[in-house]
Amino acid sequence: MGTLSKKATCNTHGQDSSYFLGWEEYEKNPYDEFKNPDGIIQMGLAENQLSFDLIESWLAKNPEAANFEREGQSIFRELALFQDYHGLPSFKNAMADFMSENRGNRVCFDPRKLVLTAGATSANETLMFCLADPGDAFLLPTPYYPGFDRDLKWRTGVEIVPIQCTSANGFRITKSALEEAYKQALKLNLKVKGVLITNPSNPLGTTITRTELNRLLDFVSRKNLHLISDEIYSGTVFTSPSFISVMEVLKEKKLENSDVSKRVHIVYSLSKDLGLPGFRVGVIYSNDIVVSAATKMSSFGLISSQTQYLLSALLSDKNFTKNYLKENQTRLKNRHNKLVSGLEDVGIECLRSNAGLFCWVDMRHLLSSNTFEAEIELWKKIVYEVKLNVSPGSSCHCNEPGWFRVCFANMSEETLNVALNRLKMFIDGPSSTTRSQSEHQRLKSLRKMRVSNWVFRLSFQDREPEER
Amino acid sequence: MKQLSTKVTSNGHGQDSSYFLGWEEYEKNPYDEIKNPNGMIQMGLAENQLCFDLIESWLAKNQDAASLKRNGQSIFRELALFQDYHGMPEFKKAMAEFMEEIRGNRVTFDPKKIVLAAGSTSANETLMFCLAEPGDAFLLPTPYYPGFDRDLKWRTGAEIVPIHCSSSNGFQITESALQQAYQQAHKLDLKVKGVLVTNPSNPLGTALTRRELNLLVDFITSKNIHLISDEIYSGTMFGFEQFISVMDVLKDKKLENTEVSKRVHIVYSLSKDLGLPGFRVGAIYSNDEMIVSAATKMSSFGLVSSQTQYLLSALLSDKKFTSQYLEENQKRLRSRQKRLVSGLESSGITCLRSNAGLFCWVDMRHLLDTNTFEAELDLWKKIVYNVKLNISPGSSCHCTEPGWFRVCFANMSEDTLDMALERLKTFVESTDCGRMISRKSHERLKSLRKKTVSNWVFRVSWSDRVPDER
Repeated sequence: MGTLSKKATCNTHGQDSSYFLGWEEYEKNPYDEFKNPDGIIQMGLAENQLSFDLIESWLAKNPEAANFEREGQSIFRELALFQDYHGLPSFKNAMADFMSENRGNRVCFDPRKLVLTAGATSANETLMFCLADPGDAFLLPTPYYPGFDRDLKWRTGVEIVPIQCTSANGFRITKSALEEAYKQALKLNLKVKGVLITNPSNPLGTTITRTELNRLLDFVSRKNLHLISDEIYSGTVFTSPSFISVMEVLKEKKLENSDVSKRVHIVYSLSKDLGLPGFRVGVIYSNDIVVSAATKMSSFGLISSQTQYLLSALLSDKNFTKNYLKENQTRLKNRHNKLVSGLEDVGIECLRSNAGLFCWVDMRHLLSSNTFEAEIELWKKIVYEVKLNVSPGSSCHCNEPGWFRVCFANMSEETLNVALNRLKMFIDGPSSTTRSQSEHQRLKSLRKMRVSNWVFRLSFQDREPEER
Repeated sequence: MKQLSTKVTSNGHGQDSSYFLGWEEYEKNPYDEIKNPNGMIQMGLAENQLCFDLIESWLAKNQDAASLKRNGQSIFRELALFQDYHGMPEFKKAMAEFMEEIRGNRVTFDPKKIVLAAGSTSANETLMFCLAEPGDAFLLPTPYYPGFDRDLKWRTGAEIVPIHCSSSNGFQITESALQQAYQQAHKLDLKVKGVLVTNPSNPLGTALTRRELNLLVDFITSKNIHLISDEIYSGTMFGFEQFISVMDVLKDKKLENTEVSKRVHIVYSLSKDLGLPGFRVGAIYSNDEMIVSAATKMSSFGLVSSQTQYLLSALLSDKKFTSQYLEENQKRLRSRQKRLVSGLESSGITCLRSNAGLFCWVDMRHLLDTNTFEAELDLWKKIVYNVKLNISPGSSCHCTEPGWFRVCFANMSEDTLDMALERLKTFVESTDCGRMISRKSHERLKSLRKKTVSNWVFRVSWSDRVPDER
């Protein structure tokens, strides 16, 4: 119909990408331990289902929070009427504290600089509306979360220019990659407004190093750009190195009240750390001017007051938050290790990761050719034959074929075992013995290489920033 | 800061209008019966606080809904994970049925054509993104809700061109006003994508007549444009007539399943009928699959909390509750409106005769020094700072005639309303012309009453007449 807008009729919502198509296949034939044991196992959904019991037990002990009560009195009316886009003060206080706790209280968040939004999806889009005009560009390191193509670009008219990262150095962001991306934007006649990173990274599952953060701050400083750090996975860091937020680096460099600090913005959400994507809780943390504009824009996606109240009670309970963060991390670590060793058993390596709800899996050796066509072929086999929905690297704009994101926190341990068994059967296949042996050899040498890469990555903090 | 977008650095959020400034004054000095009896009484907030007891008593009898349980079992995990932008099926079904019930079950709503949004603020903006390019225009009858300047235009780049309505015919929409607005848009080089009406109207408090609805449907048919009907106040209709939705008219004209029906979209919300603005529940209803599909994806930017969807699906699925609620709500609104209207009358002030909404459209033209908007703002300041009532001046609603004010009646207790009316009476009588006006007003009132009845008869009987300019 000629009467609809281009936004409604075009494809920039990105919903045709394989990332979403895999989900559709899963929906048609979902695995169920009893009812559909041959169905597709969902490993493409970055959900955290490991720690619900902790929240459920808190809810059982604190029924007031869900029942619109405070100290035995009903506050239903107050909540029903509360639509102030400044947000529930007790909730913003609790969020600020929780964010500080997540960073070991090494930095302090001011509740007045928080803007509440309906999920990080809304937060990211709102930041784009605040920082960029249609046709402007943001630089994003690849691989990145496929949803950004919709969230950052669709209704805003903003463009994404990739900062190409490669396996040669563990997908770290290098100075030359940053410069290259900037030049590419200029070639495309796009005005670069900033850089957006996800830290810890989705889909890599790694925390960004201090060196990279310093590099990024230098870059945005020199080019007078913004830096958005989407720290939605900050509470999922389960092993060393510990999480370093860009806020910490600003503090260390004594840049807290400088010009560049006004151009650094954090996005956060409770969808991953707490496993509450249905409750639509996101935040923007920024300076006065952006906070003021974003607050007004948040009218288009406010958080239900019912939910703000429940979560302000939950997060204000410091006993709960302390125990939760620790236990959540332990469970994520165990689950991550299980996936990694299960994959190793069949000769498949992952990028060494310390965070997130997924692994970045190296299946390059299983490709028929070093091409994205071969990657999609392999992906289809995995979806339709092995019946596992995993996310192909191309959907994350990875520039090397053969990498896949595989989630581990959105299923039971038994289901993960089933998935690993299926993979084993697929890989080992008919000539299982010979392949197993050569895989074992290959694995030993890969392990050596992997340790080197890891040492390589870790020790970077001591080296001079330079392309790797 | 040069590096911010033009959306941020321009004033498109419209937050500098007097509509919002009155609120700020209230925030500084809010009335409290006990703690601050001389404070400002908020009469600029269209909230429905009359029926919370009905919902609270339902909640007390149905504890599972808020406690995230179903049949005593915790469904916390299921809700925590539910972020499907298609929305909770039980909730959409309950919303569709509630919307039908409000329209006397004369029309049916298909849950599959509903798109949930975080409030009608989000729903309206999303519809703009779906229907208009930056620079395209929608025609809106004046006076209209001040928030539309932000909601429809700010981030979308769409424009609003007013359809001028005047008191000479009770602010009804006429064909010539529609045509004139359309031509004006052309003069401004704007492509008109559609018309947006609020029915019942904010700030008028009147439901559109069948004649106006027919006019609108004919107009959008002939111009091949869209019609958005924001029916957020549909459940506040307290008059003795039935609420006529544009869906009723499409059905009566046998236009269901036609091309034009695909260009008619409804916006709804639970913020006014149920008094739950904090819960952020809005909906778009469209017969156009592409719109439903695009709007559904866009709703990712403003989904309704699953916790809230669950609670309200339980509430609205209870037909005993909804039927009792709608009836009682209307009763209480009617009685509250009457109280305001007669209170104003005893101060010599009349209102546009209304049959819906949470406010009255009050005629204070006779209290203006001059027939200008400056005088209107002068009067408004007096009312805000001297009488200490926050009400909304007509200019903030883009009214073309000075002297009209929107005064809310459902967001306070009866005692507070009485107090506000006392203050107003004192103010009117104390002003120099006030004493004269009081007497004159009484006379004027008597004849106005005759005239208002005529206007009313005029309005109601229009449905039988041939459409023509009034």
